[in-house]
Amino acid sequence: MSESSYQQYLGTLFEAGTDTIDQSQKSAILLECFRFLHQHHYANCEEYQRITSLSQVKFERYEDLPFLAVRLFKFYELKSVPQAEVFKTLSSSGTTGQTPARIFLDKQTSARQSKVLVNIMQSFIGKQRLPMLIIDSPAVLKNPTLSARGAGIQGMAFFGRDHTYALNVDMSLNVDAITQFSEKHQGKPVLLFGFTFMVWLHFIQALQQRNLQLPFTDGVLIHSGGWKKLTEQQVSNQVFKETLKEVTCIAKVHNFYGMAEQVGSVFVECEKGHLHAPPFADILIRNPYTLEPQSNGEQGLIQVLSVIPTSYPGFSLLTEDIGKMLGEDDCECGRAGRYFVVEGRLPKTEIRGCSDTVRSTDG
Amino acid sequence: MDNNAKIKQVFCHALGIQPEQVTDDLTYNTIEQWDSTAHMILVAELEDSFDVMLDTDDIIDMSTVGKAKEILAKYDVQF
Repeated sequence: MSESSYQQYLGTLFEAGTDTIDQSQKSAILLECFRFLHQHHYANCEEYQRITSLSQVKFERYEDLPFLAVRLFKFYELKSVPQAEVFKTLSSSGTTGQTPARIFLDKQTSARQSKVLVNIMQSFIGKQRLPMLIIDSPAVLKNPTLSARGAGIQGMAFFGRDHTYALNVDMSLNVDAITQFSEKHQGKPVLLFGFTFMVWLHFIQALQQRNLQLPFTDGVLIHSGGWKKLTEQQVSNQVFKETLKEVTCIAKVHNFYGMAEQVGSVFVECEKGHLHAPPFADILIRNPYTLEPQSNGEQGLIQVLSVIPTSYPGFSLLTEDIGKMLGEDDCECGRAGRYFVVEGRLPKTEIRGCSDTVRSTDG
Repeated sequence: MDNNAKIKQVFCHALGIQPEQVTDDLTYNTIEQWDSTAHMILVAELEDSFDVMLDTDDIIDMSTVGKAKEILAKYDVQF
């Protein structure tokens, strides 16, 4: 398949919108895109070629596609464009002490990320840009190498206007800024965005401690970044939502699942509490021991597929997250496609083995 | 001031560039001054100057100065 048909298929997906395209139509289109992306990365990324050279040539279904372990982006500079075309390098937050992943973006991939993100989010929050309260400190954007956190905020800023940061540099509440924002927009539609754990610790709990209540009856909160720290504190999604409503009056909340290695294709939680694969991305669940595909309801590792990346070989990634497929085309919210739940991460394995700790220079 | 002069002024002010740089072909992300952070400032200033409310599709499509004029034209701003 040629690049122009890939672009055409992308166009079809943009026109289709999230609600109308059912799984069989969607898989057919996505599979065409993935065949193109495989050829493209095979031809342009030496490491990708070496990793996947033994995989089968015909891809009849998602399950046949090769996949890269997401942590490879920490160890190798994987890119499918010449360095001169890289215009932005994204570094993931990474676990302390380990090399962060580096994701190389050219202009096309970066533009596609924004366009896809906007298209997906419109299905949940509409096209209008709302006054926006960002649950972070403005310092997060000042870092010279763009962190995934900064990039996430920049991406989401497209959905807002009158951007206001709710936190100071030391992560304390900026009460003046929040008060001004809420007086100005009281009772009107507003958008809040932040990373899950920071929203809980530095916003919801901080508001509680100060006995502050915000009047955002027509507000919506979008948040992401993982539940690990909240699960440790036994804070469930339900408790999160209930407490948020008590302190801010916000009843509309959408969590989303996504990763720095596939910015733009996000899996957003619907009104029924399920994460949905958008038209541009899909998921598979694999058995953590055999890597065989699992059926609905069986727990396993989440593989994420995205039509976006052409500048780095990240269209098919095996994550270290554990989850379950819940169903396909039959969520009560009315959205078509697959929906699933994320249930945790693989237990952290400390890297000790000689082969793992040697900094390798070639594959 | 006519709208062409006005949009030129907005681009210069929002992006911190010289008037002669503002041509219809000037493209997002091709100069360091017009990155995604500056884009949000630009959008806010266009909205203020022309008294319009742009939606998310508009600001994603606004990839050149020429495109910005087309988008503003949808909101009855004449060029």
